[in-house]
Amino acid sequence: MPKVTTLVVGAGHCGLAMSRRLAEHSIDHVVLERGEVAHSWRTQRWDSFRLLTPNWMTRLPGYAYSGDDPDGYQTAPELVRLIDGYATAIDAPVRTNTTVLSVCPADNGFLVHTEQDVWQADTVVLAAGAGAVPSVPKVAGAVPPEITTLSALDYRNPEQLPEGGVLVVGPSSSGAQIAAELHRSGRPVTLSVGEHVRMPRLYRGRDILWWMDSSGVLDERYDEVPDLLRARNLPSMQLVGTPRRDTVDLNALTGIGVRLVGRLAGVRDGRAQFSGSLRNVIALADLKLGRLLDTFDEWAATTGFADCDPVGRFPATEVPTAPPLTLDLAGGEFRSIVWATGFRPDLSWLNVPVLDRKGQIVHDGGVTTWPGLYLMGMPFLRRRNSTLITGAGADADDLAGHLAGYLDSRRKQGTELVGR
Amino acid sequence: MTATDLPVDNGVNVEALLGARGALADSPEIAQFKWRAVNSWIKGTHSRSTVETFYGLGDEQKHKTSFDFDADHPEVFAAADNGITPVEYVLVALGSCLTAGLAAVAQQRQIQLRSVKATIEADFDLHGILGADPEVRNGFSDVRVNYQIDADASPEEVKALVAQSQKRSAVYDVLTNPTNVTVEVD
Repeated sequence: MPKVTTLVVGAGHCGLAMSRRLAEHSIDHVVLERGEVAHSWRTQRWDSFRLLTPNWMTRLPGYAYSGDDPDGYQTAPELVRLIDGYATAIDAPVRTNTTVLSVCPADNGFLVHTEQDVWQADTVVLAAGAGAVPSVPKVAGAVPPEITTLSALDYRNPEQLPEGGVLVVGPSSSGAQIAAELHRSGRPVTLSVGEHVRMPRLYRGRDILWWMDSSGVLDERYDEVPDLLRARNLPSMQLVGTPRRDTVDLNALTGIGVRLVGRLAGVRDGRAQFSGSLRNVIALADLKLGRLLDTFDEWAATTGFADCDPVGRFPATEVPTAPPLTLDLAGGEFRSIVWATGFRPDLSWLNVPVLDRKGQIVHDGGVTTWPGLYLMGMPFLRRRNSTLITGAGADADDLAGHLAGYLDSRRKQGTELVGR
Repeated sequence: MTATDLPVDNGVNVEALLGARGALADSPEIAQFKWRAVNSWIKGTHSRSTVETFYGLGDEQKHKTSFDFDADHPEVFAAADNGITPVEYVLVALGSCLTAGLAAVAQQRQIQLRSVKATIEADFDLHGILGADPEVRNGFSDVRVNYQIDADASPEEVKALVAQSQKRSAVYDVLTNPTNVTVEVD
């Protein structure tokens, strides 16, 4: 039975950042990967996908972007090459095509079953991704069978869908991008809009993420935010990375002809029912954006930063006067539905009792309630940027430090026991 | 004279209602109503709503008197319990709407009611309004109404009454279908 001090599950940017930090602590480890390095970037992104963060923000421990397009946004294949190159550069001990079947507690650590082996490990780091499977609402079950349905994880391009109307459910990053692309393909799109995070691509002439990064918003810590539960469940930012640095907020979408309706509340007798709260979710998002821009302006004023355009505000989001509250899904207007309603991790192989009643891992900044078991890459795990590539380094640093401390304390305990 | 020969009287003026429907055909604009309530904060979660005027039949209208409704929360919510909770008013509204409709339909169908009692119950998960679980909605997850009806009618006819009153109930519609809501600040 192979033994190792630390097993890392997942060779994406999180698992590799952790590998690099573990190496710095001289902790022997292996990174298990079900497919190839950067698996989800290879297999679970649509064709036109680009990163939401500009190239200069693609930072990993010991790696910084040095290309000639720092303000551009990488495509998925470009990012795969980058992460692959990073794995090689840091000489990460990755075992590819090694699917983890189960992680179980054992004496002095864990037993990790893969398709090939059973590993014994003192510690385990879960870095298998926050978005492995789509979260589709229960109402999906009531959709008429003649409607083609697809989740954002399975979406690749408009040709997957029949001609005709599409209902895109969810106005966040995936939903807004897919809605725009489908509408441009000639399929009239209706977008169901619940709570969302409105974002302009540029503010005062600079990338909105530059402002978030520079002003420290992205470094906000999980133990400092007033409502961590809410922060961890925020929808993704309404952003797209395009060479033209387009904004993909609701005004942009209605501008190309996308129709907005409220949050999908139910499907009954073949009719979709939408909440009458559209006006309020839009007002909430506009107000929240205003507060965020205030933060940036205050930061610029306080630090004396002036290498940018003057202060400005975006027009309020236009609210349709009487958005339809029900739409007939069976009448022929709609041929397909895209569920852009979020993702969740796949933890079906985790047999360690660390899940709450809703099946989510209980953890304190990535330190789970089970000694020696760590978690990475979840929304607001330790900081607001925990799900961004640039956030993996600091989180891995903190958690590798904690893990090293845990191993030390175990060693000391062991010595004391022997001493007696 | 047998019981069935007695004129059915549930206290509903069906002729007036049907007359109104006839009048609407000539001037549909008189059917446009606006219902109003004015709500004022008192203290804590205690507020008072006053209902007096409404618009309808092409003109401003007034109730016979002004009605006040206190709303608050019970002591288990660390509140003073000066009135029922707003969600309980929803149950009050649903029950009274369905029962009013039931009486009218019974009158129209010549069914004499002797007693009608509805028990309305709603399921509600506090995680929603406390923001403690984003997957739990703020509102009811389920609403159940149970009727006990004593009437001169077969069980099927009674069931049909209950079904028809739901079909024509404003509050039932408000609860079961979405409505656009606009909240503004002056």
